[in-house]
Amino acid sequence: MQSKDILIIGGGPAGLAAAVAAYEAGARDILILEREGSLGGILKQCIHNGFGLHTFKEELTGPEYAQRYVDKVAEYKIAYQRDTMVIDVTPDKVVTCVSKENGLEQFQAKALILAMGCRERPRGSIGTPGWRCAGVYTAGTAQKFVNLEGLMPGKKCLILGSGDIGLIMARRMTFMGAEVVGCVELMPYSAGLKRNIVQCLNDYDIPLYLSHTVTDIAGKERLEGVTIAEVDEKLKPIEGTEKYFECDTLLLSVGLIPENELTNMAGIEMFPFTSGAVVDENLQTSADGVFACGNVLHVHDLVDFVSQESAKAGKHAWEYVQGELSRSEKKVSVEMGKGVNAIVPQHVNAELSEPLTIMFRPRDVYKDAVIKVKAGETELLSKKKRVMAPAEMESLLITPEKLAACGDIDKITVSVEV
Amino acid sequence: MLDVVIIGGGVVGCATAREISRYDLKTVLLEKTADICNGQSKANTAIIHGGYDAKPGTLKAKYNMLGNVMFDKICTELDVPYEWNTSLVVSLHPEDDEMIETLLEQGKTNGCPGVRIIEHDELLQLEPNLNPNVCKALLVPTGGIVCPYELTQAFAENAASNGVEFVRNAKVTNVEKIEGGWRVTSSAGVYEAKAVVNCAGLYSDEINNMVSERKLEIQPRRGEYYIVDKKYKDYFHATIFPCPSKMGKGILVARTIDGTVLLGPTAEDIDDKADTRTTAFGQAKALDGAHKYWEKIPTRDFITNFSGLRAHCVTTNDFVIGEPDDAPMFFNAAGIESPGLTSSPAIAEHLATEIASKLDARENASFNPIRKGIPKFREMTKEERAEAIKANPDFAKIVCRCETVTEAEIREAIRRPVGARTVDGIKRRTRAGMGRCQAGFCTPRVVEILCEELGLDPTEVTKFGGDSRLIEGHLFKEAE
Repeated sequence: MQSKDILIIGGGPAGLAAAVAAYEAGARDILILEREGSLGGILKQCIHNGFGLHTFKEELTGPEYAQRYVDKVAEYKIAYQRDTMVIDVTPDKVVTCVSKENGLEQFQAKALILAMGCRERPRGSIGTPGWRCAGVYTAGTAQKFVNLEGLMPGKKCLILGSGDIGLIMARRMTFMGAEVVGCVELMPYSAGLKRNIVQCLNDYDIPLYLSHTVTDIAGKERLEGVTIAEVDEKLKPIEGTEKYFECDTLLLSVGLIPENELTNMAGIEMFPFTSGAVVDENLQTSADGVFACGNVLHVHDLVDFVSQESAKAGKHAWEYVQGELSRSEKKVSVEMGKGVNAIVPQHVNAELSEPLTIMFRPRDVYKDAVIKVKAGETELLSKKKRVMAPAEMESLLITPEKLAACGDIDKITVSVEV
Repeated sequence: MLDVVIIGGGVVGCATAREISRYDLKTVLLEKTADICNGQSKANTAIIHGGYDAKPGTLKAKYNMLGNVMFDKICTELDVPYEWNTSLVVSLHPEDDEMIETLLEQGKTNGCPGVRIIEHDELLQLEPNLNPNVCKALLVPTGGIVCPYELTQAFAENAASNGVEFVRNAKVTNVEKIEGGWRVTSSAGVYEAKAVVNCAGLYSDEINNMVSERKLEIQPRRGEYYIVDKKYKDYFHATIFPCPSKMGKGILVARTIDGTVLLGPTAEDIDDKADTRTTAFGQAKALDGAHKYWEKIPTRDFITNFSGLRAHCVTTNDFVIGEPDDAPMFFNAAGIESPGLTSSPAIAEHLATEIASKLDARENASFNPIRKGIPKFREMTKEERAEAIKANPDFAKIVCRCETVTEAEIREAIRRPVGARTVDGIKRRTRAGMGRCQAGFCTPRVVEILCEELGLDPTEVTKFGGDSRLIEGHLFKEAE
């Protein structure tokens, strides 16, 4: 069994940023394991622009954004193995993987970074009724066909869900000569970024049907049409509001799920609200020296935030290897108050070594709201927001001094006050 | 002239093909769709029934009992995953207890070994995750589970290896009497044979009615199901049945041999024999039924839903097996609904013996009963995996991440006798695409491998044959 200081599972944006940051912090014995044929993860197929505004202050395409990190990996000579699939992880950081080149291998990592990303929610998990014909794809699968393989999955399509990939694919399919008859969203607000609604739907006169869902899929062999209906407050279809669209393709953009099969295999504690691991402010999971970052930890809205978070995981992983990352006996739990969902981290060490970043998703759309962080009656932070929506992640920064000033506390609570 | 034409490549047709291949008989199996195991056999509850349910004296009861005891031998010979996990028929109200008693008597009459009634406490001891509101249960030790796809494929592969020819995309449009046999007209050509076996499932009435005045009518009865994630594979050990009604055995909580859990089926008589739609109504019903036994169903962990159609024979309310009196050498295996999967080996054995004796056939001296399954990487130990990769590096390429299916398995599924030709064919032979991402990640690669193996263009690859194309066109078609 080979030993590695830092082993990173996944060579997408999270794994790359973690590797680069670990190197810059001083680590040298790093290995990235990537299941696909090249580094870059999902960014490889995201050929649209809009990446990197925060990180590089310029607008890049997905592959360009990934390349910045791939170039760094090359410059630092960080080792990586492509076409390598990890099939087992233990809590004491033994990683088993397979590849054509090296067969079955095992590594003992001193620190392990989980950066496996996420996958799309399929038709089955949302229970859309109808025929089980060909022509129903998740938006990302269609994106792979179109952008990486030059294959068109269909000529006339409807999009269910207004997640960002769905919106991007609405525009992409239009560019490539397909007709996009509409985008259907169950909620009364979009699940995607505002800029994508404007640039991908509005600019191409693609109608967005809010508070609607697909109620039937027609076509015995290939998809022939889709029926949608308006939904009531309980999100149930309202009879009599049905509309039928003739189309040959239905693209689904109905949510992303962190890919935590390996995390579960290692018996790491999970947080149901993110479907990711429970972590502290250093992104360390319940298993000592195992860190999680990027979309495997929680689904992000922008890749820039994935990179930021993962850089932190990389740096702390190196600190762990050197024995410089201590876990305090006492933990302060970070609780989700009113209006707050999918919070990260879920607990922090009582003594912070650097400013604490708390991220969460608002539960609903809020206007003129205030985000508050409290420890008992003490207010740690109060931040006014003109508009908040579940599609956009909120990020809060709390200084170690502020937390220390609260004295001996068990928990802090984040809530949205309208 | 051929000796035998078998119409239908479901579990009964394929089992019959295998049994007939024990004899020196020139046999062709015609399947309407692009693949075997594409109708009822692919969409059912995957149970080896104990045999308490069928009315004593019926063909269902007879073949259920005969079939049940054949599974150990067949699954061993054909390397098919199965398990005797026991069945429990659970009552919810004291009023149902009478039904449990009736089933016990029926089970004893039919010859089910070891059937007994267990009380509430023992029941919850056996199945601690059952809804505690349950009353008592009939315990059926000879209830089991089996992979219906692999069973059907194993029958077919073994039959093909022993000489039976399989023709897919061969829809039978006519069967007529000719001198010394039958002329079977299909979309893949005309076949003449001394004997015809009708294993046409939902269409077995139509085939029968082409040759016999003893008309049959099959009523398609749709059943909808949910599939729950493998996370719950150990949640229930036994198959949980409700008390049956005249529409069938009711909505089950049925662990599968692959570790997922099925909730269903509903039972709804419909008009269209191809209408395998799922409906909001049916899904709600399946959920509602299963709720009585599984209190907190993890709806977040539903993988998908599906529906299957049962071939319910309204003419006889039973299986129809053997020659109609006005059509000698035409053999029915018609109206095979539940317990059809369990009965299939016994029906096949019976028909093959009949046909062989009537055609005075000799035994096939080179018959080999053994078939090996596609090696499953996900079930191998670490050492076996390392060995497998050494022997064939394609085992190191995981194509389906959710079910850990390798490129080696997918290529073999295509190359085998009666191999996969469609994306769904790959799915049912390897489980690639059956997991929680429902083929999101593996579809592009599976399409690619099908193209490489079969010399197809991506626009020619289908999900399940016919017009179920996955790709509409090329964006940048290179100049030839």
